[in-house]
Amino acid sequence: MALAVLVFMAAMSGAGRAEDAIEQPLTGARGDAARGRAIVTNRSVGLCLLCHSGPFPEERFQGNLAPDLKGAGSRSSEGQLRLRIVDPARINPATIMPAYHQIEGLTRVAPAYRGKPILTAEQIEDVVAFLTTLKD
Amino acid sequence: MPGPPALPLRRFVVTVIMAAIAASAVAAEIPRAERRSGYDLMGRETRAMQDDDTANPGMLFVLDGESLWKKKTGAVKGVAARYPAFDAREGRPIDLEQRINRCRVDRQQAPALAWESRDLLALTAYVARQSRGLPIDVTIDARTQPFLDAGRAAFHRRQGQINLSCSQCHDDLWGRKLAGSVIPQAHPTGYPIYRLEWQSLGSLQRRLRNCLIGTRAEAYEFGAPELVDLELYLMWRAQGMKLESPGVRP
Repeated sequence: MALAVLVFMAAMSGAGRAEDAIEQPLTGARGDAARGRAIVTNRSVGLCLLCHSGPFPEERFQGNLAPDLKGAGSRSSEGQLRLRIVDPARINPATIMPAYHQIEGLTRVAPAYRGKPILTAEQIEDVVAFLTTLKD
Repeated sequence: MPGPPALPLRRFVVTVIMAAIAASAVAAEIPRAERRSGYDLMGRETRAMQDDDTANPGMLFVLDGESLWKKKTGAVKGVAARYPAFDAREGRPIDLEQRINRCRVDRQQAPALAWESRDLLALTAYVARQSRGLPIDVTIDARTQPFLDAGRAAFHRRQGQINLSCSQCHDDLWGRKLAGSVIPQAHPTGYPIYRLEWQSLGSLQRRLRNCLIGTRAEAYEFGAPELVDLELYLMWRAQGMKLESPGVRP
């Protein structure tokens, strides 16, 4: 519900890029890029490298199902990155990327994960803070 | 008047989303000519391990199965290629493991073997080995059609916290890499398979449960009708492809 309200507010908050971004941090504060990097590279927390590759030379076996994260911070603004993590289906309804902050409208979620988003609001802000540093 | 302009926009957005959902719903079943066994996507060494009966670890199970089988007799060439098949008593399709257990209980007055037990895997491997090289040939008729449809729907249903359907990976993204692993087309041509990751032989149901757990979905219990429906759909989807059992997979 909070997510729906947030996305709705982002969508209604006016001109141009509003459709394409969530401008305000979910927590009211910017995240920590170092913590964000650790989340992105952890395959059981961020899960990112299962599908994406990225500038992480120490990480073997990165996926190639999704765009390379290299340069993500140049291609997308902070607000665009936030929306793409919170609700990527708004950009592409057929995307394989999960909505990282969604807890409703899902089917047969295993008990251990039921009612929990993949990442907390704080974790998402950390990931956004890190991805904005990937400038080239 | 801030209201009116928003409505056409919202309607437009809804239309676009509905169109995209409709498009993704009919997306890309793999054309027959482009179907490939997971075997074709494996490395040379793993293929060689499957091809050589003296190196294929699944053959140890086949030999165990043979000695278990010889206590009773029967001809089973081609049987594995036809399962899951309709069972009148159940009123629904049952898979090869269930068929074997049914025979044990009904005809041999022997106890049913546990799912994934060594003996059940061995017997299944022994039976499946005798269909090696034969084309998959499940029967779809008025009795099995509803279960095929249920299996197809499950294959296309987004599930779990990751909200992913089988089809999104195995129809649309096969050949690409999930972490380090090549995504296969999910044709069940080699079951039971010796999976190097398991260091053991395992059933198709075990593999299906693994995938469900990977999407953080609640996995169906072994023997659940939903898993058999999926098995039936996958075998139908691979209709005509040759069985390789016991397959070796990474």
